[in-house]
Amino acid sequence: MERDLFVAWFEEATRLVRADRDRLTRLDAAIGDADHGTNLDRGLTEVLKELAGSPPESGAQVLTTAGTTLIRRVGGASGPLYGSLFRQMGKALETPVTLAGFAGAFEEGVVAVERLGKAVLGDKTMVDALAPASRALALAVRDGAEVSVALGQAARAAQEGSKATIPLQARKGRASYLGERSVGHEDPGAASAALFMAALASVAG
Amino acid sequence: MKKLINSADSVVEDALNGMAAAHPSLRVRDRVVYRADGPRPGKVGLVSGGGSGHEPLHAGFVGHGMLDAACPGEIFTSPVPDQIIEATKGVDGGAGVLHIVKNYTGDVLNFEMAAELVEGVEVAGVLVDDDVAVQDSLYTAGRRGTGATLFVEKMAGALAEEGAPLAEVAAVAAEVDERSRSFGIALTSCTTPAAGKPTFDLPETEVELGIGIHGEPGRARVPLAPARELATMAMDALHGDLPLRGDLLVMVNGMGGTPLMELYVVFAEVAAYVKGKGARVTRSLVGNYVTSLEMQGFSVTVCRLDDALTRLWDAPVETPGLRWGR
Repeated sequence: MERDLFVAWFEEATRLVRADRDRLTRLDAAIGDADHGTNLDRGLTEVLKELAGSPPESGAQVLTTAGTTLIRRVGGASGPLYGSLFRQMGKALETPVTLAGFAGAFEEGVVAVERLGKAVLGDKTMVDALAPASRALALAVRDGAEVSVALGQAARAAQEGSKATIPLQARKGRASYLGERSVGHEDPGAASAALFMAALASVAG
Repeated sequence: MKKLINSADSVVEDALNGMAAAHPSLRVRDRVVYRADGPRPGKVGLVSGGGSGHEPLHAGFVGHGMLDAACPGEIFTSPVPDQIIEATKGVDGGAGVLHIVKNYTGDVLNFEMAAELVEGVEVAGVLVDDDVAVQDSLYTAGRRGTGATLFVEKMAGALAEEGAPLAEVAAVAAEVDERSRSFGIALTSCTTPAAGKPTFDLPETEVELGIGIHGEPGRARVPLAPARELATMAMDALHGDLPLRGDLLVMVNGMGGTPLMELYVVFAEVAAYVKGKGARVTRSLVGNYVTSLEMQGFSVTVCRLDDALTRLWDAPVETPGLRWGR
């Protein structure tokens, strides 16, 4: 049951990324190297293939399989970063999955991304969507919110976090080479992270 | 834009098949290009890699006196750890392996992960970061690796070929990077096969100063000017960062779409500039070596040589992209 939910998450994320592939690539063209949509679509396609080929037994295993596949097959910065997010989440996630357990595992995943990318909130990276989503989840857990409400809030926080990267000057990744010229553009990594959170809210909400 | 490809998805694979067919000295397996005659016991192995689209870098520099293996990623996308791990194991002759990594977030992450995961091989790494267009500060990912990568691969490769130990090869690689600087200027954008349209819009009347090798925008846009002025802008940027002194290795590199004739026009200006600063061009290279698909433009890379480095530069090399002395 929870395994199917996590597989559905990646199916929905793949659908959203594919639908937004050109937008993500366009955002990347503005301040990076114009391949984010293409790469993520390719990586997620590999993830779905891997999940179908050798179906994992638990939700945690879905996450580690997805993470490992992204690390091994995507390349670029987004492969290792998203890969670490899901692999760390999978390692930290306990069965049976509860909202609190998921929020804790998600936070560990985000910390892994911050560590690997040496990025903090405000650097204009995927962390700017992931960290607010993690905080929204933790707050929802504290307030005893329903799953659908909690994931909806996390998705909104990620979306707002992504939009909030527009006025920022990038300090990490290729966009940082632009200096002031990176201001005025949404970070493609934050935009795709928001899609992942939207996908989760849509399948589990 | 028109491309000579079968499909955008297969272009990297198809090109590697072509390299393997054209060069029996290379062996291509699972997206890694090896020297067919390697590994040599006791020799330090050199592995580099990065996104495709910069040919001949890196696969074209696999061979005697240079790289032992190259890991080509998708176009403008770093290779994945699996490739790097396989390459590292495949070239290890028992003396360890040097990873030559261009300083881009993706390349650094994937090489770091591979170095962590590979077992039973001593690995050292060198980061190439020669592009003066990018400010090296706490607020950027650091300088990008561009033309100096070729210098590092050539000179470290020559030293490894002589049987030097890993620590020495790594030290020379770092020294070459330290002594080298690059600056690029683009006249047009490149077009990745997957996107099918130019990565950025650059008006007919303007050039991009400090362009990156993936079409990343640079420092500024200025009106198109005669080659003399463009060369001076590039050289001023280099000289301002590392004063031109003594013996210099100078490369005027084409980005894939600029005729050799125009590169020589630029080289004449570069050579005159160097002379004007009282330095000497003692070694040179002119051509398309670190390209960005079909981008028009050039980059200049300068390395301050000493006798030891000059000797390593002159040492025999036999690769598809660079060969002399053998």
